[in-house]
Amino acid sequence: MLEKALHGSRRYWTLIGILSALSLVGVLAYLKQLSTGLVITGLSRDVPWGLYIAQFTFLVGVAASAVMVVLPYYLHNYKAFGRLTILGEFLAISAVTMCMLFIFVDMGQPTRVLNVILYPTPNSLMFWDMMVLQGYLILNILIAYVTFTSEEKGVHPPSWIKPIIILSIPWAISIHTVTAFLYSGLGARPFWLTAILAPRFLASAFASGPSLLIVFCLILRKYTKFDAGEEAIKKLSEIVTYAMAANIFFVLVELFTALYSDIPEHKHHFEYLFFGLHGHNALVPFMWTSQFLAVTALVLLLFPKIRNNFTYLFAICVGIIAAIWIEKGLGMVVTGFIPSPLGKVTEYSPTLREALITLGIYAGGFLIITVLYKIAVSVREELET
Amino acid sequence: MYDKGKIMAGLAVFLVMLTLPFWYSAATGKAGVKPDPVLPKTEKKCVESRQYMRDAHMDLLNRWRDAVVREDRHIYVSQDGTRYEMSLNNTCMKCHVEKAQFCDKCHTYLGESPFCWDCHLDKKEVKGVM
Amino acid sequence: MDESRRAFLKTAGCAILGAGLAAPIARAVAGAVSADATPGELTAGRWAIAVNVRKCLQREDCRACIDACHVAHNVPLIKDPLREIKWIWKEPFKDTFAAETHPYLEKGLAGKNVLVLCNHCDNPPCVRVCPTKATWKRPDGIVMMDQHRCIGCRYCIVGCPYGSRSFNWQDPRPFITTGIKPEYPTRMKGVVEKCTFCTERLVKGLPPVCVEVCNKVAGPGTMTFGDIRDPNSEVARVLKDRFSIRRKPELGTEPQIFYLV
Repeated sequence: MLEKALHGSRRYWTLIGILSALSLVGVLAYLKQLSTGLVITGLSRDVPWGLYIAQFTFLVGVAASAVMVVLPYYLHNYKAFGRLTILGEFLAISAVTMCMLFIFVDMGQPTRVLNVILYPTPNSLMFWDMMVLQGYLILNILIAYVTFTSEEKGVHPPSWIKPIIILSIPWAISIHTVTAFLYSGLGARPFWLTAILAPRFLASAFASGPSLLIVFCLILRKYTKFDAGEEAIKKLSEIVTYAMAANIFFVLVELFTALYSDIPEHKHHFEYLFFGLHGHNALVPFMWTSQFLAVTALVLLLFPKIRNNFTYLFAICVGIIAAIWIEKGLGMVVTGFIPSPLGKVTEYSPTLREALITLGIYAGGFLIITVLYKIAVSVREELET
Repeated sequence: MYDKGKIMAGLAVFLVMLTLPFWYSAATGKAGVKPDPVLPKTEKKCVESRQYMRDAHMDLLNRWRDAVVREDRHIYVSQDGTRYEMSLNNTCMKCHVEKAQFCDKCHTYLGESPFCWDCHLDKKEVKGVM
Repeated sequence: MDESRRAFLKTAGCAILGAGLAAPIARAVAGAVSADATPGELTAGRWAIAVNVRKCLQREDCRACIDACHVAHNVPLIKDPLREIKWIWKEPFKDTFAAETHPYLEKGLAGKNVLVLCNHCDNPPCVRVCPTKATWKRPDGIVMMDQHRCIGCRYCIVGCPYGSRSFNWQDPRPFITTGIKPEYPTRMKGVVEKCTFCTERLVKGLPPVCVEVCNKVAGPGTMTFGDIRDPNSEVARVLKDRFSIRRKPELGTEPQIFYLV
């Protein structure tokens, strides 16, 4: 089945070439970081986590969102998602791999990463994060492999895969909950010390993940013979609508608690995000853009005529991905550190090398998706002839 | 088999090249460069026997590290009953003095770069760094 | 594959596995770590420090404890405030004790500098979040660091509510401009460091270097170090006699640095 990735059109190979080149650029930039240290990033004593961990947080959500396809199909027999499940599982594999790469490049002593397994520490959420991410990766590889090879051969998948698929549903929820718990149990960071962080993470994940899946489906529809189906894509867009509504509601609910209570510790972070604090306002334009995109996207999604027009849907989904990427990938992590425990505002902006390493990892992840989707497309084309 | 002559000849050349270090030094009597760590002048007895140190000095250092840093234990009783303070800087380097003259000799020969020296120091190194 | 070749490969595989496992068993025997206490070491149920803020403020420009600590422990002097490394330093009162600061506070106090360092909390959040136990709480109360095990994830920095911890963003050695002391290791890039209550001195029966130097320069009473669980220790007596506060007590971290205000 893997050999299907070795035969492709000119367009396919061009894409592979570009993504490989970008990945190589990332690797070279990372080598510099390995030899010099994390000083090449924009991180600081007050802001120890930045772009890398923020991308990890965003991508865990994308990985978890595969459950939004698996649950209807396997648990509720929603047949329309039949061709979509493999795309969701492949997306999860790629997203989890990128997550692990982002954590790896963020570590000061990456050669010691196995210490987390050699000296297991159950009271640390980071230990659990590593365990659930590994588990989720193995689950998705196994499920994708077994179900897809069975489909290719035209047989039913073996019955033992069903409980494993059912297991992947709570597991998907758990990976993003554990990631949220990484942040929401810290008294040192009042911005994150909120019970709604985990629900917020899940809502934004279920909006951004399926949006990305829709974007991929529409691209595949345009350039290949793989058609996930109109009903499937429409149902996905309904899921995105509900998730986005929940997400915006959660943001408003958080704003209410912080602003109405007027408690400085809670208020200051939101002030920094939306209005600036002590003259520092680097994130303000990003946050307003994000909210504008989010609200506009939701309003447009409410109208079936717009939602069912796949040209508009494409643009709306890109907008949602951008909005949530800004919210999670830029706004959420760094703001936890501003102001610092001693009341100082130290702003953060990534350096060029940091951005190149990030780009390299994204390129690597998209490379995995390209190869895996190529296999899915080729097999599907074969099956349909 | 096809091309038996060429294959057998190729295999013979490969075996000769593979065993080069052994028969070359046996034939010419020259063993290439031999590591020559400078041994301490005054002290003839190390914490453990020479054979044990050759086999397992890293094991010993790891045990010392965990005992001192993690368990706040500082005394080591060697196989022959002598008590030592467990310390790379203050015990090992007290006799072996310069890492460049002792530790590095074998490590460089084998292409090993243990990361002890990223943090630990000997007196000579300190002067060099400054 | 025919059966005889398979059998050969199986036997060869098992032989290699067996040879590999046998090697450690054949290792020479050696000595053992002694369970004895080191003669002369200082021990305690719970180490603590009481800082007399008023006395410290009598010498506003004094940096004796800071310099002594950083020199003794090869702490690099990194001028870039984004990457600086500090184990003990001074912060304005209004930032150290934000909850106790108000617009009608005693004149000038809000801006005056207070000594801050790792609080060696009784309930340390940094220990709770470390994924490798590279930082942990010793039986005597000290929150210790093992830089051999640290993977540089910086979760402990994220978890510390006091900003007490520093990360080595680069190799620190070029920045140790005051002269490296070979008796104490430097750190490598990619690990976290902080005050460890001078465990290397406690073992020799000496108090932390900040306390020793402060007592020499400012006389006794500005920094008092001791076993807070021993009712006869200096620090226990001083806390019984004077009003004291701690940083961010509402977080439940139970800091062991007490400030006599």
